Amino acid sequence: MHDGKWQGFLRADGRKGIRNHILVVYTVECASFVAQEIAKGEPGVQVIGFPGCYDNDYAIRLMLALATHPNIGGVLCVGLGCEYTQPHRIAETVRQSGRPAEAFFIQEKGGTRSSVALGKELILSLRAQADADAVMTEMTWADLTIGAECGGSDGTSGLAGNPVVGKAFDRLVERGGTAIFEETVEMIGLRDLMVARAASPTAAQQLGAAYDKAFNYSKAVRQCSVAPGNFAGGLTTIEEKSMGAFAKGGSQPIEGVIRVSERPPHRGLWILDSVPDEHFMQFGYTNPNDTEGIMDLIAAGSQMVLFITGRGSVIGSAVAPLIKVTGNERTYRNMTEDMDFNAGRVLSGELTMDQAGNELLNLIADVAAGEPSKPERLGHREFFLMYKHQDVPSLEAGCRV
Amino acid sequence: MNDVPKSPSAFQLNASDNVATLLGEAPAASMVAIVGVTDRAEVVAREKIAMGHKIALTAIGEGETITKFGVVIGIASRRIEPGEWVHLHNCRSQLDERSGAFDLETGAPPKGAEYA
Repeated sequence: MHDGKWQGFLRADGRKGIRNHILVVYTVECASFVAQEIAKGEPGVQVIGFPGCYDNDYAIRLMLALATHPNIGGVLCVGLGCEYTQPHRIAETVRQSGRPAEAFFIQEKGGTRSSVALGKELILSLRAQADADAVMTEMTWADLTIGAECGGSDGTSGLAGNPVVGKAFDRLVERGGTAIFEETVEMIGLRDLMVARAASPTAAQQLGAAYDKAFNYSKAVRQCSVAPGNFAGGLTTIEEKSMGAFAKGGSQPIEGVIRVSERPPHRGLWILDSVPDEHFMQFGYTNPNDTEGIMDLIAAGSQMVLFITGRGSVIGSAVAPLIKVTGNERTYRNMTEDMDFNAGRVLSGELTMDQAGNELLNLIADVAAGEPSKPERLGHREFFLMYKHQDVPSLEAGCRV
Repeated sequence: MNDVPKSPSAFQLNASDNVATLLGEAPAASMVAIVGVTDRAEVVAREKIAMGHKIALTAIGEGETITKFGVVIGIASRRIEPGEWVHLHNCRSQLDERSGAFDLETGAPPKGAEYA
């Protein structure tokens, strides 16, 4: 077993990061090309942003959560100049968090080329300042928050991929760490099981409410979260798919439910609710793609996310490293350059579930200590953000019931 | 000589389960070894069953529960014999009415008016 000690970055708010990235934030789709060009070819520079011209509380909360994430050492905000979302205000919030930040409007700087040149200069000085400001500190399991998401699920996901992640989560929580999983629309059919896992009466109330909301959402959109590929792959009912997905939550008590851009109020295992709340416009989907869920987990403070994919996937994630786990040995062989962990070995009898969980925990420690994950090595830094309505989180309570 | 075709194994997740998941394709009439959390050695596949799909370990009467992970994942919509493929044609969700009508092989939804 890894000794569970490595060096990380201590932030002014006391949180600890495992990377010291510079983040470029665009505040409307019109500024996204310039933002991507600024980051192109620059090591340790990542890009997030919001495509909409009209702002959205949920989207701004998420961008602020990522711009002040423990893995981020400095931020450059790039706006076009007409949009509602204000790059200078985002930069001000970032400076208040103790990080260097800059902002400009493209319209004031004379177009694409001059804006890209200015942006490259600014990220160079942000990088120098972030390196000079870096305070190294010892990190342990208790300093880690890890997210788990699954996508491209097949018959092996519920048998091997998700249960192995569940084992790693069990061991992480035993060592004082924090673990978060989501996809409440893939917990349909499991209300009693979820509520029985609650760590407290408050958590039980939150879990029941999150379940009911996800079930009502599924009824309202007249679609359970199960797709043709799932049926073809052998999953027969939403209950069956849910059990496979829920397995990534391991067996520890669930402390409660948080919402997007909220951080867990204390350590332990948490569920994240990304389902839109009722709103007069009824806009927003939950999990329109895998990247949205992964970014929600990172906005909750996850320094790293485990992504379980039976069929195989070639995504990574901005801000925090993604570790790709597959329970399908064939997928692992076909996509070795993208897959970090072969959980299929528990099905061939090569490893027990416990051994695989411990091995995954060691990999988590290596990546936390700076070893790049496979998606990081390939340069992946996918990001997705769209309009959604969620009621303003109540930070003290952890979740509204 | 043994004329029973060789077959991959099927994984049982919980001792109380009445189905197991195929780890490879099982030809019809093949002997399927049961691995995982089980006290059962094998079951004969009554038909071809694809990887990731479920095989019945016991007889399941119409209206009885189908259990995987130790949890009820559906209800038998007709009697199921040991070794039968368990899927959309004989197992229905207690919550999702839509999926029962999907194509048994491809999982595609039934063709509706939107494609007319």
